[in-house]
Amino acid sequence: MRSILKNDLQRVKTFYKKFSERFIEGLLMLSSSITSLTVVLIVVFLFKEGIGLFNQKPVEQGYVIAINKNNKVKKLSSAQLKNIYDQKIAHWSEVGGTNDSIVLFQMEDISNYFSDEQIGDQLQNLPTCLNKLLDSLPNIIAFLPEKYINKDFKGTILDVNKVSLADFFGGKEWIPTAKPSAQLGVLPLILGTLWVSLGAILLALPLGLAAAVYMSEIADSRIRRIMKPLIELLAGIPSVVYGFFGLVIIVPLIQKTFNLPVGETGLAGSIVLGIMALPTIITISEDAMRNTPRAMKEASLALGASKWQTIYKVVIPYSISGISAGAILGIGRAIGETMAVLMVTGNAAVIPHTILAPVRTIPATIAAELGETSNGGLHYKALFALGCILFLITLFINLTVEFISNRRKYNKH
Amino acid sequence: MKTKTILVALCLYTSVNFAQKIKGSDTVLPLAQKEAETYMKTNKMAKLTVTGGGSGVGFAALVDNTTDIAMASRKIKMDEKIKLQDAGRAYKETIIAYDALSVIVNNENKVSQLTREQLEGIFTGKIKNWKEVGGDDMPMVVYSRESSSGTFEFFKEHVMNKKNYASSVLSMPATGAIVQSVSQTKGAIGYIGLAYMDKQVKALKVSYDAGKTYIAPSMATAKDKTYPVVRPLYYYYLTTVEKAVKPFVDYVLSAEGQKIVEAVGYVPLSK
Repeated sequence: MRSILKNDLQRVKTFYKKFSERFIEGLLMLSSSITSLTVVLIVVFLFKEGIGLFNQKPVEQGYVIAINKNNKVKKLSSAQLKNIYDQKIAHWSEVGGTNDSIVLFQMEDISNYFSDEQIGDQLQNLPTCLNKLLDSLPNIIAFLPEKYINKDFKGTILDVNKVSLADFFGGKEWIPTAKPSAQLGVLPLILGTLWVSLGAILLALPLGLAAAVYMSEIADSRIRRIMKPLIELLAGIPSVVYGFFGLVIIVPLIQKTFNLPVGETGLAGSIVLGIMALPTIITISEDAMRNTPRAMKEASLALGASKWQTIYKVVIPYSISGISAGAILGIGRAIGETMAVLMVTGNAAVIPHTILAPVRTIPATIAAELGETSNGGLHYKALFALGCILFLITLFINLTVEFISNRRKYNKH
Repeated sequence: MKTKTILVALCLYTSVNFAQKIKGSDTVLPLAQKEAETYMKTNKMAKLTVTGGGSGVGFAALVDNTTDIAMASRKIKMDEKIKLQDAGRAYKETIIAYDALSVIVNNENKVSQLTREQLEGIFTGKIKNWKEVGGDDMPMVVYSRESSSGTFEFFKEHVMNKKNYASSVLSMPATGAIVQSVSQTKGAIGYIGLAYMDKQVKALKVSYDAGKTYIAPSMATAKDKTYPVVRPLYYYYLTTVEKAVKPFVDYVLSAEGQKIVEAVGYVPLSK
């Protein structure tokens, strides 16, 4: 009787043990699947919003461009519209019309033509007023809300092309708030991002490698114990502090050293980002170097190689995959950084021909502009499309890391 | 017992009634915060929360009915008016203070005055060197705010004749950053609100009559309206909540409220 009871107890115990193990396993699986699901959802969301951009016209939703019905012009490009409203194109002849000068009209100008009483306090007479205006001025171009166009509208509504991939990736002007037609050329932003990141890595890689070699092979453990936490501390400083440091110290320094008209340049961004990428590069490559088996190093020394030869011929080749992983993760951090870059690169959206000119990067653009966009609007979608580009760049970098570390492992065995 | 419940109910009623949200322009933000703080000190029942985000954010919130008062450093735009109209909401506009927008350059710059036409040329990228406006032969470095700022819009509309900024213009995330950059860059030019003016930079005299008279920005010239680039700062609210927000708006307009305006660095309304 007692033994049966004991047996039962044992069985219950093992059951509970198994159950709790299962439960913990399930919990672990759940948390990992939640994480992956979140990542997938974010990516889907990002691309859904970003790709929506190419279904939209560069003219604000609900608005149209209208001209007088006798005007011969039937189509205008986004860039032509912007230049017309900037008064860089002043005559219809420049866009295929008559030789008359263009009369600009936006809704804010309505008070120059009609009084508040004529429009009505509920805006009820607005459609009639607009109709009169479009009919009476032969050289007008008007930027109007679609709903104030009534059925017997006497003007012609111009056709504007949707945002195309070629305009987006090949365009050289980024003025998303331009009225009436947004200019969405991301070429300067992509080039700006790549310039700054490339500069950052050229500065940070030699410095970071040198520090990693020193810490793993040369420094004694006491110095190492002080230096390593200190370097890791660099990673914990908020990026806005780096940005302010850059603006007050590095920017004037660059301006004086290179005798430039302006210190807010791509180089300033590169230096700040280089400093920010250092901890990643140093920590990861130092760990990789310290993983070099003692036997290999001792074999090298026993063969009569000097310390330097050992580092150069044994330690670095052995840990090259770790070093490249560190370098590439460092670039990853540099490419995605927003705040520090926003403060020091000047943010002028022009195609940079030198690293000593102001540049505007993709993350800085998103950070600075997302707050003002209306949900689902053209500008909002354009910023999400920028996010997609940034995501693809980082994805490419991560795949490269994977590829490099895999290849190295394969070679060894 | 009965009086107690009535009192509690009354307290609840008034506190619900006075938990007002104020949202919008970052330019108005420091002023609105100060006003709200002092107002709440004297009116223990009142509850005000003030948040920034930009003039456009305030108007968007007014349309969505997520704020009671929208702060703005520019007038309501036609398309925002249309959105409010569509939502069937009527609003009221109150000017609470004025701000003089100052054009600043580096202290070492010889140029001390510019016309509106010259400013337009500089910010649209037509004028690129200081020698074109009577200064030394050095390239201009033009600083502006990011496009989310109401100041950015105001400057575009009133100084640049609605033309777009040149893409070579450097845009800074904050007004303080413009002051810092202009103070350390010889060929720099930028614009800031009067409250941000200090000795690190030089304010230019501006002419709006093609060079006949040049006026320097100051509290005095803004008050007598001789300085041309003065903009009103606004509160916008819906007529449906007028009863609830009126006491605070009246307080801001009162002599005591206007004293705070001057203390924060903006120009009080002239009586």
